[in-house]
Amino acid sequence: MDSELITVTIDGKEVKVIPGTTVLEAARTAGIHIPTLCHHDDLCSEALYQQTASTPHQGEHSHQHEESAMLSTPSSCRICLVEVEGLPKLHASCALPIHNAMTVRTTSTAIRHARRDILELMMSEHYGDCFACARNGTCELQKLCADYGVTSERFGRPHEPLFEKAEIGNIIVRDQNKCILCRRCVRMCALYQGVYALTTEGRGDHSRIATFMGKEMKDATCINCGQCINRCPTGALTERDDTDAVWHAIEDPDKMVVIQTAPAPRAAIGEMFGCEPGTPLTFQMNTALKRVGFDKVFDTNFSADLTILEEGSELISRLYKALVLKDNTAALPQFTSCSPGWIKFIEHFYPKYLPNLSSAKSPQQMMGAVLKTYFAEKNGWDPSKIVSVSLMPCTAKKFEAARPEMDASGYRDVDYALTTRELGRMFKQAGIELPKLDKTPFDDPFGTPTGSGVIFGATGGVMEAALRTVFEIVTGEKVESVFDHADIKPVRGFDGVRMAELTISKVGPVPEILSHLVPDFEWLKGATLRVGLAHGTVNAIRVMKDIEEGGPLSQCHFIEFMACPGGCLGGGGQPIPTDREIRAARAKAIYSEDATYVVRKSHENEDVLRIYREFFKEGPCSHKSHELLHTHYKERV
Amino acid sequence: MDAQQTLRTEVEQLVRVHGRTRTALMPILQDLNRAHSYISEDAMLAVSDALNVPRAEVYGVATFYSYFSVKPRGTYVIRICRTISCAKQGDYHPAIAALFDELGIGMGETTSDGMFTIEQTNCIGMCDQGPAMMVNEIPHIKLTEASVRSILNEYRHAALAAKKAQ
Amino acid sequence: MDPKAVHGFVGNKLSFSEVTPRDGIRMAAEMAPEDVVAIIGASGLRGRGGAGFPTGKKWEFARGQEGSPKYIICNADEGEPGTFKDRLILTDFPELVFAGMAIAGRAVGAEFGILYLRAEYGWLREHLDAALERCRVANTLGNNILGASDFSFDISIRMGSGAYVCGEETALLESLEGRRGDARNRIPFPVQAGYLGKPTVVNNVETLAWVPCIMVKGPSWFAAMGTRKAPGAWLFCVSGDCKRPGIYEYPFGTSLRQILSDVGAENAKAVQVGGASGTCVPPAQFDRTMTPGDLATGGSIIVFGPGQDMFAVAENFQHFFCDESCGQCIPCRLGNQRMLEAIGRMRKDGLTVDGERNVRQLAQTMTVASKCGLGQMSARAFLSILNNFSGELPGHV
Repeated sequence: MDSELITVTIDGKEVKVIPGTTVLEAARTAGIHIPTLCHHDDLCSEALYQQTASTPHQGEHSHQHEESAMLSTPSSCRICLVEVEGLPKLHASCALPIHNAMTVRTTSTAIRHARRDILELMMSEHYGDCFACARNGTCELQKLCADYGVTSERFGRPHEPLFEKAEIGNIIVRDQNKCILCRRCVRMCALYQGVYALTTEGRGDHSRIATFMGKEMKDATCINCGQCINRCPTGALTERDDTDAVWHAIEDPDKMVVIQTAPAPRAAIGEMFGCEPGTPLTFQMNTALKRVGFDKVFDTNFSADLTILEEGSELISRLYKALVLKDNTAALPQFTSCSPGWIKFIEHFYPKYLPNLSSAKSPQQMMGAVLKTYFAEKNGWDPSKIVSVSLMPCTAKKFEAARPEMDASGYRDVDYALTTRELGRMFKQAGIELPKLDKTPFDDPFGTPTGSGVIFGATGGVMEAALRTVFEIVTGEKVESVFDHADIKPVRGFDGVRMAELTISKVGPVPEILSHLVPDFEWLKGATLRVGLAHGTVNAIRVMKDIEEGGPLSQCHFIEFMACPGGCLGGGGQPIPTDREIRAARAKAIYSEDATYVVRKSHENEDVLRIYREFFKEGPCSHKSHELLHTHYKERV
Repeated sequence: MDAQQTLRTEVEQLVRVHGRTRTALMPILQDLNRAHSYISEDAMLAVSDALNVPRAEVYGVATFYSYFSVKPRGTYVIRICRTISCAKQGDYHPAIAALFDELGIGMGETTSDGMFTIEQTNCIGMCDQGPAMMVNEIPHIKLTEASVRSILNEYRHAALAAKKAQ
Repeated sequence: MDPKAVHGFVGNKLSFSEVTPRDGIRMAAEMAPEDVVAIIGASGLRGRGGAGFPTGKKWEFARGQEGSPKYIICNADEGEPGTFKDRLILTDFPELVFAGMAIAGRAVGAEFGILYLRAEYGWLREHLDAALERCRVANTLGNNILGASDFSFDISIRMGSGAYVCGEETALLESLEGRRGDARNRIPFPVQAGYLGKPTVVNNVETLAWVPCIMVKGPSWFAAMGTRKAPGAWLFCVSGDCKRPGIYEYPFGTSLRQILSDVGAENAKAVQVGGASGTCVPPAQFDRTMTPGDLATGGSIIVFGPGQDMFAVAENFQHFFCDESCGQCIPCRLGNQRMLEAIGRMRKDGLTVDGERNVRQLAQTMTVASKCGLGQMSARAFLSILNNFSGELPGHV
């Protein structure tokens, strides 16, 4: 490999780059902005390389040639065109690697004319008005049309829809009238998620983005992760809008409308109000939610901690069954179950491993279940009049909330799952300037802020919270004796697949809360607890392959899977745009919030301990908790 | 064996001929398309499983090429060339009219007995001998109203003979 | 089916009939690979698919690549409207093409050849398979070709499924790899990373057929046929309004008028040279010559007689591109659709100043901004018709 730097001149500026750097990247280094539509920073070669860089397959970065078509930029929008001295025509800078010294111009009359023509061509099959679009203000096409002075309709505009917008029943809503066929969604779905729900159908003037057999999203092998939405430059992909229904409930005097807020949206919603990524607005948001009219605002951290107790206890119980009782129905490694995208993924693609999934419901569903039972009873509320709303960074949560089995209390656990984007819009509709608001604490009894709950929002967070709790329960020691400040750093970070080990050198007595599950912990003495993590379901595929091949991950006891890149903070319901830097800033906000809290371990959350004292009296994984807090999954084709 | 199972067996046989790699996708789709006049949803699912190629990708490929169809077509797919050298011949329009008239269907349609489908195609490389059309893989050149009628009759007879032989 | 049934008319004696393919292979077998490259380079042979890249240079690049294995691909996805020479060559001279591929393999160090045959020529498959078998029996294909211990080469045939764009070499590679025929980015080039990411030479059928001829008769024989700048001869496919449509061999530098006279089309009102992606030549320019730099051609000559409506012709071509664009890039996918609509409006309502400015600007953008040759060339026919025949539009004064 030639590692000598090459000098390129871009708009008169000299830049030195590594051979193979694209002109687009080189221009960026020189501080020159070239507009793009089909290119996305998450889909450039460097990002894709990092996405799959990980521990068990170190060095295996060279992708299968099979995937190469998806890997290379389609250079299809032709917006990033530049002039190269000595070459005829214009060249897409995203697909022009630098191997020799060259002189490039990124702006000229020819380039501006071509870009404007291309934009007008896009508009020539673009039906729909900007004011009536969910992406008004965040649409990349709209912005470029403004930048390039697209004021005419030289190539026409459709005056009626060319496609039907299929909304009913779909969580991911596609409006092909706004699609520019940039294929970001196709590549995101394939390269980050390994789902391949989308493809290009047909040829020439019949080309469309489509699913297999042109099915609606609800009937496709789609996991509802919404990563396509976050990458779509236009309003062609959006989530189902539930805000009207929530407004309606709020304005219904007969209804008690309760909202729980997940950790990841707090670190991101500020982006919709002009804040830098990574500005936590947790308590300002509480104020806003009250102002909007929610009767109670609860912290999903509560049910995250509850999940840890249930899932952690399940792990201990599974390990005991498998290792001591030699019960081969206790499938190991145990897989986390709080990411609904991941759940649908495994149901579609690896149904054989459904027994490995923790049966614990996700924090969203647990909160919903206790709201309409424990909370309703305690406060004398009629559960049929409670409307349970959640704020999630996630589109798949809408699907999870609607799963038919999620109503063990006799009522839907969660009635409406809102994305960060939807709530941001509600705030705007209510004239709320979020960053300027005062802070308001969460409501009791699910309002104790805990660090263990907050870190659920980042990849590795569930595992870290589980390890903090399992370690302390089993050893009777403080986790700080092994990890400074209880920061279990080996499970943090953004590598696609990670592994970590934790040796249990001594064991303590079984706490009463678990006494129905195991007689003692002696069998764990000297054991090494091995855990794995994956985020972005393409990395889940790598984990599953490794397990099938009996690789290191098959030796794990517990594996955390998050469907979205970066975990929930990179969720499909989060503000647009997204890229690695934005996700890293959100992660930083989440971990610094964790560090500020007094309670940072799930088993120390007083609200959680109280619910076991008062309601789930037999402890985690007992009959009653199973009924309300656990569930099952099914194979999907 | 149900239809799905029969297809899977058929695909497995094709995999034995063409291999189990992505490069085998086109040959396998070509064989399926030839055998059934189209590539059904079940066939694509079977190919997807056999080659470990995502079903959407199989569909994307199957819809790109004009010889493939993902919708049922007649036993004989007639592709009449619409490109300039054929389309400018004096016999072109009478020949097409004869096709429509003889079969009682229009462009893109299939006869009710499932025997013929009429499609248009771009240049088939018979420009010096147009108007031309393909019936499945066989080219027919210098078409006239009369020759179209007699060609169709030959195919009808062939189909009838094949049926009798069964 | 017997390919002779659709053989067609051959207007003059073809050089291909004078050469025994085996002789070309024997010469290559007895020669160092770099000498083979040198001979083809010296002949000045250029690609016959339309782009006209020097064949020797392509081989030299491929030869210098480290990757292995390397592949030789014969592009028999002839789809340019008005082109049918591959049909004739593969019918009458398949062994010549296979010999060309083997010699290319010898030259660049490749042992695998693939002939990508368009679906529309599926009826040639049996005929070609039989020819391949004959070559293997004669040991002009297979292991240790003609006894040379370091010369092995074999060919398999793969079919297209109906896509003009797959004649574009990177789209062809995508198709061979089992994907949609979407054109790839041009860097890396196929000679660097082509089929399955390996160094790959993609040559046109006619190009490869000339190779053994050049080996046997020598580069100077070939060069002497054409002009100094454009050595060699070319097969032309003549169709449309003429008395003797068919295949004709002409040296480079032959005038269009000469050809029209030979085929019986003296009264032509216009001639489309180079197929749908070529240019439309009016009578005033019939003295132009068939030479790269003047009338570059993929070998297609379509004659339009006095009665033809030239804007209907333009519409037919534009429709072709709307259908055959791979659909990836905006200038080609949407540009062609808007262009087609504009031609329709023009035919109905005539040409306005704004309308003309818009289509010319659009044509410019399609030409400079499209991803591959298909889109870059797809406005040419229309532009040349607009330039020369706008008098045919309604309302024209």
